[in-house]
Amino acid sequence: MRNWFNRQNIVALLGIVLLYGVIQGLIVMDIMPPFYKLTLILICIYIILSTSLNLINGVTGQFSIGHAGFMAVGAYISAIVTAIQHGPLLLGLLAGAVAAALAGLVVGLPTLRLKGDYLAIATLGFGEIVRIVFLNTEYVGGAAGFTLPSKITWTWAFGLMALSVILMKNFVSSTHGRACISIRENEIAAESMGVNTTKYKVMAFTMGAFFAGLAGGIYANYMYIIQPMTFSFLKSFDILVMVVLGGLGSMTGGILGAIVMTMASALLASVPEWRLVITAVLLIAMMLFKPTGILGTKEFSLSFLGKKGEKNATSKN
Amino acid sequence: MGSSITQQVFQQIVNGLSLGSIYALIALGYTMVYGIIKLINFAHGDVMMVGAYSGWFAITVLHLPFLPALLFAMVSCALLGVIIERIAYKPLRNASRIAALITAIGVSLFLEYGGMLVVTAQIRTYPPVFPETMYSFHGVIFKYGDIVMLITSVVLMVLLHITVQYTKMGKAMRAVSFDKDAALLMGINTNNIISFTFAIGSALAAAAGVLMGVYFNTIDPLMGIIPGLKAFVAAVLGGIGIIPGAMVGGLMLGLIESIVSGLGASTWRDAVAFLILILVLIVKPSGLFGKNVREKV
Repeated sequence: MRNWFNRQNIVALLGIVLLYGVIQGLIVMDIMPPFYKLTLILICIYIILSTSLNLINGVTGQFSIGHAGFMAVGAYISAIVTAIQHGPLLLGLLAGAVAAALAGLVVGLPTLRLKGDYLAIATLGFGEIVRIVFLNTEYVGGAAGFTLPSKITWTWAFGLMALSVILMKNFVSSTHGRACISIRENEIAAESMGVNTTKYKVMAFTMGAFFAGLAGGIYANYMYIIQPMTFSFLKSFDILVMVVLGGLGSMTGGILGAIVMTMASALLASVPEWRLVITAVLLIAMMLFKPTGILGTKEFSLSFLGKKGEKNATSKN
Repeated sequence: MGSSITQQVFQQIVNGLSLGSIYALIALGYTMVYGIIKLINFAHGDVMMVGAYSGWFAITVLHLPFLPALLFAMVSCALLGVIIERIAYKPLRNASRIAALITAIGVSLFLEYGGMLVVTAQIRTYPPVFPETMYSFHGVIFKYGDIVMLITSVVLMVLLHITVQYTKMGKAMRAVSFDKDAALLMGINTNNIISFTFAIGSALAAAAGVLMGVYFNTIDPLMGIIPGLKAFVAAVLGGIGIIPGAMVGGLMLGLIESIVSGLGASTWRDAVAFLILILVLIVKPSGLFGKNVREKV
């Protein structure tokens, strides 16, 4: 039985609680300007999105660029549950995430046979199909979208973000996660070692879709309005940039990428064209000079706090 | 005008062929680049957008007639294609394909929003280059523009076919796409051939851009995204890397789209195109004209 209450986990937990507490304090005392609060909640949403895309693209090595499609499924389903059917928020978020996971399963089973750029294009096509389906559904307002009350608070956003990241991180360090990494490193070798590659690819894809759906639900229930245009493939590219910037395959890298890019777009909000030009140049320069991203596949971890034995248990690939 | 079902069907076929010939022109560039360096050049649709703008510039500012304007756009985009290849793709030739794909996405975003900074997001109207003459043949209407478009595309495709099949450069292109290393050993300057391929592909995209501007009358900096993706669908449909496949794929996609629109479901058009893409990828990823290649361990 592993001891969960080692130094490392306690420090991490304290860090999470402290971060939450400080910001919650600032919000409650009304010191935090609303724009900052918006940015912070967006950072939480994008952290979930980038880590979940990282699970597919970075850890399992399957190149998906249709993440906005899963986000859209989550956003619309949860919005229907909470705003049209007046269900509780948690139920709505769960329904959205489960629906996105189902979509991931349905899309993943046939398309994950494809490799590399074919898979990329297939997922891009899927994302666009989802958007067009919502665009043509009058029940959810068509192109104009529909409005819903904003129920997500910092507590919800931060709590769900922390929970998702911990779950995904534990998945990566588990046997299943190791199997996914082996697929990324060499699919044929992994298969010949007895790893059921299809199963693990679909598992990672479905899981990534689940969390993308959750993020979509948080987004919908925070933003007052959802429109099909929000979930165009530009959104998928945004998430992809975060993952690539932070380092494909590094969970903490994805988090870093999400924070940097969301803050950058908040700073450049008044000049949206420049934001995208800078994103584009960053993307090209990154690929030319440091294709592994800021962290590569390394993780920032607190393992230096642990004892020697624990270090080995948590060290990364 | 009595419009019977047959007339409507033929009318949709005419519209579909016009649209399809544009897709085919763009798809050719995709397929040639993919055939030679195995890269999905995401920026290809945006090169088409630049072509549309250079054509617009040539017609409204330089007051050139249609054909010189078309040539102007093709030459400037050929240069642009070579520059993009040299700066963004060449250093990544030995990197992973995903790195190259991400770069291509970056170039695409750069052209879209960099273009927006230069020409502003405002939609511009293409000047009417063709007379509004219509020809009616048994109730099926051919616009003057439709005919010019079809002829231009066919001429360009024939030129391309001749270049690829019967010139030394074309022979070298086929050699590089067959086996790059062996071609290099045979004394072919692969870098030049790859640049040449980008130049031809981009020039065809520029022609498509000008035709698109003429056909739809309006251009904007984001106009390249959807036609670019659809042309990619067309290339995959015909078998990516295969030149006749791109032509047939483009025409087929144009036909399918106008049939879907003709059935009154025009808002679903894009979804149908992507659905076709996914189905083709699942059922026969090598496309209609492709051969199955076995995976080697």
